[in-house]
Amino acid sequence: MKKFAVFAGFIVVASLLGWAVWKSMDDPSYVRTIPSPLIGKPAPAFDLPSLLDEGQRVSSEQFRGKAWLLNVWGSWCPECWREQPYLVELAGSEDILLVGLNWRDEKVDALAMLRRAGNPFDVIAYDYDSEAAIDWGVYGAPETFVIDKQGIVRYKHVGGITPAVWAGELGQKYRYYAAED
Amino acid sequence: MRILMALLLCLGMLPLHAATEVLTFDNPEQERLYKGLTEELRCTVCQNQNIADSNADLATDLRRKTYKLVREGKSEQEILDYMSQRYGNFVLYNPPKTGGTLLLWIGPFIMLLFGLYLVARIVRRRRAAANPTSDQSADENLERARQLLRDADEDKS
Repeated sequence: MKKFAVFAGFIVVASLLGWAVWKSMDDPSYVRTIPSPLIGKPAPAFDLPSLLDEGQRVSSEQFRGKAWLLNVWGSWCPECWREQPYLVELAGSEDILLVGLNWRDEKVDALAMLRRAGNPFDVIAYDYDSEAAIDWGVYGAPETFVIDKQGIVRYKHVGGITPAVWAGELGQKYRYYAAED
Repeated sequence: MRILMALLLCLGMLPLHAATEVLTFDNPEQERLYKGLTEELRCTVCQNQNIADSNADLATDLRRKTYKLVREGKSEQEILDYMSQRYGNFVLYNPPKTGGTLLLWIGPFIMLLFGLYLVARIVRRRRAAANPTSDQSADENLERARQLLRDADEDKS
């Protein structure tokens, strides 16, 4: 009888573990994400050429006093193709400051992608050599950061932006810090 | 024939050699530092590879950055700090011992101690059961036998 109880207990624990693993695989956030050590820290400064305006520079300093989003993308990144139409829609319907960081991309390919899907970005910094990307601890694309008015990194989202993602923590954080004085 | 084989083997190694990066260093210490660091830093997008072994774009970027920092004369600790401030301790194959990692280090030993305790307990109990010579268990058995006999008598009557 006692042996049976031990065996039953083992079965219960094992199935709970199995259920937890199974459940976590269903979760879209199962995609391995590495927590960013930048959260709560000042945003790494960058000063890069503009993708669209040759001769112009895009500097992180020019967004001080505003809450902004930094979206890392490249024309070589399929998930970026998928999120692009929604970003265009979002930029058209909501008051957001969306800064693009075009990462490790050929200029012609990047421009072609913008022509194809539209340009949701207010400005785009061109980071061919991963100068800013390494400073921001970027390890894949797309990645999106929320930076508050004091220039502190508040949130990082790894993966594409969908309506569900924007309705979730990413959008909530951005709206919160954009409304903050 | 043997020489021909050796030559053929060498030929096969040519493309491998061409794929390695050509880097120049100021002194052998710098080169050693660079080699050590690229073996210590993890390629964050790979399945358990350091940035020296990986051909992923990110690993190439991190190698280049490491090379640049080494050439600037940065120390090993400065470069490791630079990387972990951006990518977190995940980028280090030898992370510092903090609360969380400490648990990983000593956790198995705690489990081992617990297991030893369980084994000791089971062994002690089995030994006691198989060894009814001790006075106490002999008395207990005797008492149980008497009780059984009494019960049997009661059943009969």
